[in-house]
Amino acid sequence: MPLLEIRNLHAKVAETGAEILRGVDLTVSEGEVHAIMGPNGSGKSTLSQVIAGNEAYEVTGGDILFRGKSILDAEPEERAREGLFLAFQYPVEIPGVSNTYFLKAALNAVRKHRGEEELDAVDFLALVREKTKILHLNESLLSRAVNEGFSGGEKKRNEIFQMAVLDPKLAVLDETDSGLDIDALRTVAEGVNALLSPEMGLLLITHYQRLLNYIKPQFVHVLMDGRIVRSGGPDLAEELEATGYDSIVPAVAGS
Amino acid sequence: MTAKPDLIRDEGYKWGFYDEEEALFKANKGLTPEIINTISDIKEEPQWMREFRLRALEIFRQKQDPPWGTPQLKEIDFENIHYYVKATDRDERSWEDVPDYIRDTFDKLGIPEAEKKYLAGVGAQYDSEVVYHNIREDLAKQGVIFLGTDQALKEHEDVFKEHFGTIVPPADNRYAALNSAAWSGGSFIYVPKGVKVEIPLQAYFRINAKDMGQFERTLIIADEGSQVHYVEGCTAPTYSSDSLHSAVVEIIVKKGARVRYSTIQNWSNNVYNLVTKRAVAYQDAVMEWVDGNLGSKLTMKYPSVYLMEPGAHGEILSLAFAGKGQHQDAGGKIVHAASNTTSTIVSKSLSKDGGRTSYRGLLKVYDGCEGVRSTVRCDALLLDETSRSDTYPTMEIDAPDVHIQHEAYVSKLSEDQLFYLTSRGLTEDTAAKMIVNGFVEPIVKELPMEYAVELNRLIELQMEGAIG
Ligand SMILES: Nc1ncnc2c1ncn2[C@@H]1O[C@H](COP(=O)(O)OP(=O)(O)O)[C@@H](O)[C@H]1O
Ligand SMILES: [Mg+2]
Repeated sequence: MPLLEIRNLHAKVAETGAEILRGVDLTVSEGEVHAIMGPNGSGKSTLSQVIAGNEAYEVTGGDILFRGKSILDAEPEERAREGLFLAFQYPVEIPGVSNTYFLKAALNAVRKHRGEEELDAVDFLALVREKTKILHLNESLLSRAVNEGFSGGEKKRNEIFQMAVLDPKLAVLDETDSGLDIDALRTVAEGVNALLSPEMGLLLITHYQRLLNYIKPQFVHVLMDGRIVRSGGPDLAEELEATGYDSIVPAVAGS
Repeated sequence: MTAKPDLIRDEGYKWGFYDEEEALFKANKGLTPEIINTISDIKEEPQWMREFRLRALEIFRQKQDPPWGTPQLKEIDFENIHYYVKATDRDERSWEDVPDYIRDTFDKLGIPEAEKKYLAGVGAQYDSEVVYHNIREDLAKQGVIFLGTDQALKEHEDVFKEHFGTIVPPADNRYAALNSAAWSGGSFIYVPKGVKVEIPLQAYFRINAKDMGQFERTLIIADEGSQVHYVEGCTAPTYSSDSLHSAVVEIIVKKGARVRYSTIQNWSNNVYNLVTKRAVAYQDAVMEWVDGNLGSKLTMKYPSVYLMEPGAHGEILSLAFAGKGQHQDAGGKIVHAASNTTSTIVSKSLSKDGGRTSYRGLLKVYDGCEGVRSTVRCDALLLDETSRSDTYPTMEIDAPDVHIQHEAYVSKLSEDQLFYLTSRGLTEDTAAKMIVNGFVEPIVKELPMEYAVELNRLIELQMEGAIG
């Protein structure tokens, strides 16, 4: 069953009116891992933010369906509660708010929506312990303020940690690999792989092929200038690694 | 039968109820030498205090409002205020003896319960007079004095007279003069040498009467090496006409002593809150103000610390929240009058629904003071487009060898932060509250847990409906 269907999606920056997405089509079904690659500035983060419902962008055409229903009118929290998760390229710092306090509130909001019982402090802590182990996350990060003073790598791990706790149906990972050294990349990738299930979908956004050595996508798409210009299997990523994005450009220009 | 006073229903303010009971004695409106004499007569004061009051009245009449005072100050009608309202005759040591209706009020405010649970002593003032004061027996045995200020004048006149009015003289400013003339109630604390009061003493101030001025006067003396934490809270009914609260607080922190004074100010939005608070800290002493201003119509208050001898440290943590129709003009003053003194000021302010916050601060270092260190940090958060915040920091640095850091930021509630939190499943409302709680956390965490919870709750009440 398709989890996420993006149909001819157009979006612009609300404030400036600059058009960024110019007709994106993409379908991610349960159990599938998709990668979106593309040069800087091609609109990858914009796409992920629009999927998550950031109002800084205005959808001017097309549709996004999540589990068969349009979510264009849904608030970000409704999308999250339905099982959508975005790991931010640039996670935001929330000074003074403890990581666990925030995550417990978020998890219970999601659980309540799912008709599950809210977790008390004890059960939540048990869950958190389990997930920090999988991700080799330093437990001291839990009591610190959300992302505040975290290193680049710690922020990225914290995103995946949140994903592990919130247990989404579809996760969009926006350049989770950038800022991670090779060891950190491996643990994060292992963590993500451990979370994958036949019911879950994953959309990996990345600039480099590196991440895809650890998390294997079945589908690879190239986003350029706000459009998916090529789609293929894992070999497309390797081809890009060898030839670079430049080789794609003429094909678009000439089409 | 008294006519029902013009109460305003303020859904957001839960403390706006009032008692219908007639006061035992209510001075006529206005402030004259006759009224001062009446107050002094009722209190059976020594002659020197009567003269102190009358002199202060003269000063009050001559003094102008401070030049920075907002035009709002001009709206105060000094002729339309009862300067003395006495509900009951006695300052009791047992809640059983406090008149029922007054005890009910404090019950509603949760004071006797808090006293049982986590306080070393409690004072309760109702309109002009202190109605209850009690301190744990073990502390009393160690010589700690915690009394209503009037009572203290009767029972400990010598130590009282030695310090009273020395830190904030009547001529300090117009409202200090007013308080000196009309003062009634407040707390008197003396902590003997080396005695450490580990859990807080609390005073609660309640205005009940309409068109009333409350002028409590607090004097705290921490003798060498002693320690005490004093907490004050306050509320009032929301009347259609304005009330005036003008307190003076004087604190003496002797060598090696430590005093923390925490305020959770939650007056209703018809109260002018014009307060002078000042402490002097001697060698290696520490004075800390934790000043939370959430209520009132206009607050003008800048707790200050004079660092008189080497090693003294002053700290001011100021938190202000201005909602609709409110102006919080708050901040702090630190005066370095000796070498090797240190200070910190942290100010956090929130404005919403057109509310206005101002940070007003003074940092002064006298000539000849060496090795002075100070950090000042002011953060203002605007919760919507209609609100306002200003910063007026003044620095008077007359010494070369000082290390001073000063930072001030004004920011809006960040869309990025809101989106990040909502993208995890939290509503925008919850997200905004969380961001605000995080913003004030550096100050709230300095309070004992019960007060931190209370303060967070008050902030959340103020936040209700702030977004959307
Ligand atoms: N909020 C915004 N305001 C203005 N321009 C934006 C905004 N978001 C994205 N853009 C612009 O849109 C283009 C695509 O950006 P982005 O989606 O971040 O690309 P990528 O993630 O592929 O590097 C860039 O030119 C970027 O400057
Ligand atoms: Mg990007």
